[in-house]
Amino acid sequence: MTALPDLTAGELRARYRRGETSPAEAVRAVFERIDAQERRLHAYLYVDREAALAEAARWDGVVRRDDAPPLAGIPVAVKDNICTQGWPTTCGSRILAGYRPPYDATVVTRLRRAGAIILGKANCDEFAMGSSTENSAYGPTRNPWDEARVPGGTSGGPTAAVAAGEATLALGSDTGGSIRQPAAFCGVVGMKPTYGRVSRYGLVAFASSLDQIGPIARSVRDAALLLQVIAGRDPADSTSADVEVPAYGDRLATSLRGVRLGIIREFFAEGLDAGVAAAVRDAIETCRSLGAACEEVSLPSASFALPAYYIVAPAEASSNLARYAGVHFGHRTSNAADLITLYSRTRREGFGAEVKRRIMIGTYALSSGYYEAFYLRALRVRTLIRREFETAFNRFDALVGPVTPTTAFRLGEKVDDPLQMYLSDVYTVPLNLAGLPGISVPCGLVGGLPVGLQVIGRAFDEQTILNVAHAFEQATPFHTRRPPAGAPASEGRGRAS
Amino acid sequence: MIDDRTVARVARLSRLELSPEELDRFRHQLGEILEYVQRLNALDLAGVPPTAHVLPMANVMRDDEVRPSLTQEAALANAPAVENGYFVVPPVIAEDSPE
Amino acid sequence: MPPTETGVRHETIIGLEVHVQLSTASKMFCACAVAFGAPPNTRTCPVCLGLPGSLPVLNRRAVDLGVRTALALGCRIQPESQFHRKNYYYPDLPKNYQISQYQYMDHPPLATAGVLRFPFGNGLKEIGIRRVHLEEDTGKLVHVPGRSLVDYNRCGTPLMEVVTEPDLRSAEEARLFLTHLRALLQFAEVTSGRLEEGTFRCDANLSLRPPGGPYGTRTEIKNMNSLRSVERALRFEEGRQREALARGEDVIQETRHWDEDREITFASREKEEAQDYRYFPEPDLVPLHVDPTWVERIRSGLPELPEARRRRYVETLGLPEHDAGLLTATRAMAEFFEATIRLFSKPKVAGNWLIGDIAAYLNAEGREIDEVPIRPEHLAGLLALIDTGKISGRSAKEILEEMLRTGRPAEAIVQERGLAQISDEGTLDSVVQEVIAEHPGPAGDVRAGKDQAVAFLVGQVMKKTRGRANPTMVNRLIRERLGAG
Repeated sequence: MTALPDLTAGELRARYRRGETSPAEAVRAVFERIDAQERRLHAYLYVDREAALAEAARWDGVVRRDDAPPLAGIPVAVKDNICTQGWPTTCGSRILAGYRPPYDATVVTRLRRAGAIILGKANCDEFAMGSSTENSAYGPTRNPWDEARVPGGTSGGPTAAVAAGEATLALGSDTGGSIRQPAAFCGVVGMKPTYGRVSRYGLVAFASSLDQIGPIARSVRDAALLLQVIAGRDPADSTSADVEVPAYGDRLATSLRGVRLGIIREFFAEGLDAGVAAAVRDAIETCRSLGAACEEVSLPSASFALPAYYIVAPAEASSNLARYAGVHFGHRTSNAADLITLYSRTRREGFGAEVKRRIMIGTYALSSGYYEAFYLRALRVRTLIRREFETAFNRFDALVGPVTPTTAFRLGEKVDDPLQMYLSDVYTVPLNLAGLPGISVPCGLVGGLPVGLQVIGRAFDEQTILNVAHAFEQATPFHTRRPPAGAPASEGRGRAS
Repeated sequence: MIDDRTVARVARLSRLELSPEELDRFRHQLGEILEYVQRLNALDLAGVPPTAHVLPMANVMRDDEVRPSLTQEAALANAPAVENGYFVVPPVIAEDSPE
Repeated sequence: MPPTETGVRHETIIGLEVHVQLSTASKMFCACAVAFGAPPNTRTCPVCLGLPGSLPVLNRRAVDLGVRTALALGCRIQPESQFHRKNYYYPDLPKNYQISQYQYMDHPPLATAGVLRFPFGNGLKEIGIRRVHLEEDTGKLVHVPGRSLVDYNRCGTPLMEVVTEPDLRSAEEARLFLTHLRALLQFAEVTSGRLEEGTFRCDANLSLRPPGGPYGTRTEIKNMNSLRSVERALRFEEGRQREALARGEDVIQETRHWDEDREITFASREKEEAQDYRYFPEPDLVPLHVDPTWVERIRSGLPELPEARRRRYVETLGLPEHDAGLLTATRAMAEFFEATIRLFSKPKVAGNWLIGDIAAYLNAEGREIDEVPIRPEHLAGLLALIDTGKISGRSAKEILEEMLRTGRPAEAIVQERGLAQISDEGTLDSVVQEVIAEHPGPAGDVRAGKDQAVAFLVGQVMKKTRGRANPTMVNRLIRERLGAG
């Protein structure tokens, strides 16, 4: 009998309808799980038990009705770079310690309207910069499968919470892989929608042309449900597209007959761990057995995506983070006698090393004399990458490959080598540059650690990638696996690579 | 690949106070990263336009309608220092002006 | 540069950057009201405060007004333009970047290549408009001892920047250009154009060029808060540069601030490095496509512009060119004039009073006509009283002064002060007889044919009647009495 905190949203809703449990009971059970695990896991930065229980009580009667809103009574965690009115929103940074936004992000408004019970704010790398959640100024989150390892980043907090039953669903953000990579590391489903599919209003900006909010869940159906709630045009976000939101959950396929899948050749080159490669190849075979026509496709400019990303993203970030300067909100250094000191010392005290690094790279790439050689050049490479994907999608309905080169690495393993850390984004960043949707779905364990299969789709064709992921998921046992309860920190088990 | 003066200039432009030790460390790390991204130079980009916006959207606008602003209290709620409804900063002199 | 020889006259080259606040109801990128004089930080929201997670959404009306301006200035409207971020740190800029439109390679701003023509000397001056673009305004700083205070109410107000080619050749030209530009924009209903309120601000670039030689080094001059201070500041700077060159010194490229009190420009401490704004396309906004249909819609809705109105005053109302020019100097004045002549049908007369006594009063008070309580119907009333001889010209001036101050109609003042002109022959005749009796000398002169003496006697009658006598009638009566022609 699966415990309440480990049920999918679909299963929980069914129980509500049958009167077998209530939102209050479910929320209490999740908080018990949080109480038991948080000291080790540290997925959350802030929870509000009373508010959650009060909200749960509000939906108590409603959840039994057929016309209950889609997320009524479902416990949800929200990444701490998404604004929640009146609740601290720190983005994992000291410079926003205690900052309480005066407004809700649009996605949060939509969650509330759909009946979701927001439990709290989940941990992340500072300002969504990193690949392990080790860059959080408030301490790392641990991987529920092995507490000596990272959960991935930057949405490590919300992903670990979902994986460990500390939330049923979560919202993360993905700029270079920050939902998909932790989803792969933690054995859950994580999706980055098409750029413009989901409103960014209230998402604290890192790289404005790359950021997207996306769903994290234990099943593809759950992810589809959550996506349907948050997606759609928002007048407050000029870059949110006016494209209809299909009822994704109603159309999930179980057969892949007629689906043409392209296997990205360059993603299986040197640098990919053998165990991960094998698991992903097996997954692709499973898709073939479900009726998909699988063939190799080459995306040569994919290998230029990472360097282009590490120009574009820091450049936009250097501008987006200029507002954190101690003037009208956030941390301010004490005793600054003049303006320059106010700015420079506030930012020195408030930002961590990775953020400072990226701000400086970005400032450099935009500065006079370097703008064309760096930023503009990277934007041209972006055009190449987009064109290549477009060409590939003439022959294929979706593209597949690994999400990450390795399984979850150990805490502390890559923190001293920024470039090494960047390389773990190699398979995820191309989509952010091209603005395409991508999903990570669990496809096995290697050395006891989860591996993810990445499915990439055409712009605004989330349905196809959800279908592929769903069909695969339903044909395999991986989605039923849970991290071992109270998993001790491993010593030599499950070498990452 | 990147010298001390450049790092110092970039730090100033970014309004980041750095210790000499940090300056040195960042100079190494930035140098490595910049060298890595330079591999883009291998590509032939003749005639390839830059993509600043991935979506083929234009003219997203709003009507000229007024909606309520935040109260003064809400606007000042997260401020480090306030006085009579204003945000307070150290004295700003002509030299600080951006031009 | 080598010292100038005596007699070599450098040419003054001036270009202007004018920031115009657009008359929209809400801000450029958010729905806060554009307001003047509200308590600090009461017209802000997450967007114009630049709070984390906020995003801009463009105000359509601001684009409409920008296009309207471009049409009024005969500009080429770019079918596609983008917004850019201008990155710099300053407390009045909450995001530490300003959303603007940059002109760079293949990034054209909203409009380019226009011209503004205005009468100058005996002809017409043509000043090229290099570009018109849209951007957001910054907040306001208040400096008090030991600290500075920041108010973000103004932050995000829609601004339009109009940049000229360096076609101006004197400080006076610059002032005239601004006067005409402001009038044009007021007539086009794009802005209220009040310098004092900050809805119309100007920075200048000035350099000196030896005849036939290359452009000299230019300085930027800021902080000129009225049209007159623009002229004074530029005149000062022109002289300063001329003196420097005469001494054999170079002109340093720098920004100088105009000090209204000391009447000088002064430079800030020299910066170690030039400002690097790191412009890049604004990722939070999508490109702007202004198509021909949109332009036509704006064109067909264009209000009557100053030049057309001037021509109408000359051709239809028969006013002299010069008068027409003065009456169309501001929209408020033109509107007032037209409202007056709807009630009093002698345009030349009405025009004279407006560009004469009334303009003098406004200049002395530093106000515009719509900032004083007098109304067109009041002026029409006054003019009617003069026209029908009910009051004298001299009384009219007194009455007008009170009307301007208090907004009371002429009739009321005339009643109250008993200023009605005396045109009753009987009454006047007795005063004339008195005056003749009291001044036998001048009376004798009149009989002897000395015409100036008539004026003296008329003056005495006016004195006795405290200016209320009808002078024409008095003149006639005196001549009749004294048998003069």
